[in-house]
Amino acid sequence: MSIPVRKFDAVIVGAGGAGLRAAIQLSEAGLKTAVLSKVFPTRSHTVAAQGGVSASLGNSEQDHWHWHMYDTVKGSDWLGDQDAIEFMCKKAPEVVVELEHFGMPFDRTDEGKIYQRPFGGHMSNFGEKPVRRACAAADRTGHAMLHALYQRNVRANTQFFVEWMALDLIRDEDGQVLGVIALEMETGEVVAFHAKSTIFATGGAGRIFYSSTNAFINTGDGLGMAARAGIQLEDMEFWQFHPTGVAGAGVLITEGVRGEGGILRNSAGERFMERYAPNAKDLASRDVVSRAMVTEINEGRGCGPNKDFVLLDITHLDPATIMKRLPGIREISIQFAGIDPIKAPIPVVPTCHYQMGGIPTNYKGQVVNEAGEHVTGFYAAGECACASVHGANRLGTNSLLDLLVFGKSSGDSVIEDMASMPKEHKPLPAGFADKTLARLSRLENQTNGTSVNDTRLAMQRTMQNHCGVFRFKDKLEEGVQKILEIEQQVAKTEIKDKSKVWNTARVEALELDNLIEVAKATMICANARKESRGAHVRDDAPDTPEMPNGRNDAEWHKHTMWSRDGNKLSYKPVNMKPLTVETVALKTRSY
Amino acid sequence: MDHDALNRLQWRCTRRALLELDLILGKFLVEDFPKLNDAQAEVFAVLADMEDHDLWPMVNGTEVCEDAQQAEIIAMLRKSEVRRPQ
Repeated sequence: MSIPVRKFDAVIVGAGGAGLRAAIQLSEAGLKTAVLSKVFPTRSHTVAAQGGVSASLGNSEQDHWHWHMYDTVKGSDWLGDQDAIEFMCKKAPEVVVELEHFGMPFDRTDEGKIYQRPFGGHMSNFGEKPVRRACAAADRTGHAMLHALYQRNVRANTQFFVEWMALDLIRDEDGQVLGVIALEMETGEVVAFHAKSTIFATGGAGRIFYSSTNAFINTGDGLGMAARAGIQLEDMEFWQFHPTGVAGAGVLITEGVRGEGGILRNSAGERFMERYAPNAKDLASRDVVSRAMVTEINEGRGCGPNKDFVLLDITHLDPATIMKRLPGIREISIQFAGIDPIKAPIPVVPTCHYQMGGIPTNYKGQVVNEAGEHVTGFYAAGECACASVHGANRLGTNSLLDLLVFGKSSGDSVIEDMASMPKEHKPLPAGFADKTLARLSRLENQTNGTSVNDTRLAMQRTMQNHCGVFRFKDKLEEGVQKILEIEQQVAKTEIKDKSKVWNTARVEALELDNLIEVAKATMICANARKESRGAHVRDDAPDTPEMPNGRNDAEWHKHTMWSRDGNKLSYKPVNMKPLTVETVALKTRSY
Repeated sequence: MDHDALNRLQWRCTRRALLELDLILGKFLVEDFPKLNDAQAEVFAVLADMEDHDLWPMVNGTEVCEDAQQAEIIAMLRKSEVRRPQ
């Protein structure tokens, strides 16, 4: 069976910050560029980013990209590739100033320069003292950024395909990527986008967890497509968790609540952080607070009928203070927990926030294979990609920087690589759409199958319980078996709505096909890594004098590479050679 | 509202930029939307098409909605409690 084919120089999947930044490069270079997005571009999850974007502009005090690089390597717990980290931090001032010229309404100093504020983990002079490096537009940085990038794309005549879902990569027998197959939701039509270059900028996959701050759109579509096409996924065991998501809903309760005096309590009403961090208490780092919360829950001191959350208490604060300083948080608690925090404490759990791993790329945004060679025609940027700049944990404000730098560099690489490509499109291989159409047909004709919602929920609970912020050997081993069983259920999902037009049930089933690939990769990689590093913390790899923080560099200072075929794992060395400066040598990560 | 229009609205209510609105609009669509009259349903569709950073402050109560018809629907959204079982 044949499907319609549309030809473009380049196709970009995803219209968040990375996709829009890449599209500007391509469209302004005169390439015929298609951007596919499940939603209108300014509805992408980049909008949710509040904190800012880091760049060593030095507008408020002395700063240097080399200091930023040091902080990022340290934040990554030395798992980040130092060539990519140098590239990103060095490019940061340039991409931020460019964004300013695109119309980004950054906050200003009295002199009219971009205002910069301090942010956790960003220091001056190689870790000496905090530095003001984060550039923001009030608490709407991501939103303002997306609007500036979208407007620039409108000017450049980028062609958007809105409410289209990409289903699969097209690869030929040489492994070259020749575009994607996509579904238009409004018509139900399946179309091939035949392109000389394909950039994935599909964002994260935080919806694999039950408790996630990620919007529903973050279903790891790019990772699922890449995995099905035989591309490895890198460092998928590393996920950043935020300590205080509203239990059940995942909605974020900002750290500012603890800053205003909020106290975490267990079922006995005890302020348990006094035991874990006697000095910082409730204001200890995210990792420390999250682990303490999980320990309380695991040792039976959780709250509620299932003893599966702890409480964030602000009832001791003056109601006037809460109304004045935390009005939005009070509303969130009422809406998502059914609790007025003036009268009762808020139920909270550590909640998945950001994916550090992803589709392996070099610092140019080119996707690389097992041998480290560029997969011709394929590029990735943003949260779906792993350059790797975040390594085992991400510094705040480096996510928006990542998508600007690598969105741009992937676009530049496409332009450079296409200069040496033949002018004509390489022909699509015979039967290029067969597997995709078979997948759609299976879904269409499935009887006595499984429910998409129930299966997704089973996957999310399994990930949360077996592979959460604090990990245990037995739970991980059991989790691998469970997630492989759930994979079998995903293969039998059934939808009742068989209509062609606007069939959201079909789209949700297809999203689940992507989520399960990410869930498998995460569980299997986490089970295999027998150390603690960054955001991957295991109970059986504790902090000891021989191995501070449970990190085992001798055996585990390497990237995990997962292949869908047989769930095979391999490892590759961390790139410790920056582009121009000296290596940031391994040492214990402490703040 | 026919199948196609309702499904399109469902997509736009549950694939937002912000999780908060995914949760609130998604639940409202299932539980409250069927009870709205045609005029109210139209107003809801307009709200669902708004940018998240315009809609969320009104639903969260940190900004006031100036439009009377929209304010009526916003008030309904604000009453909605969204909880999932643990």
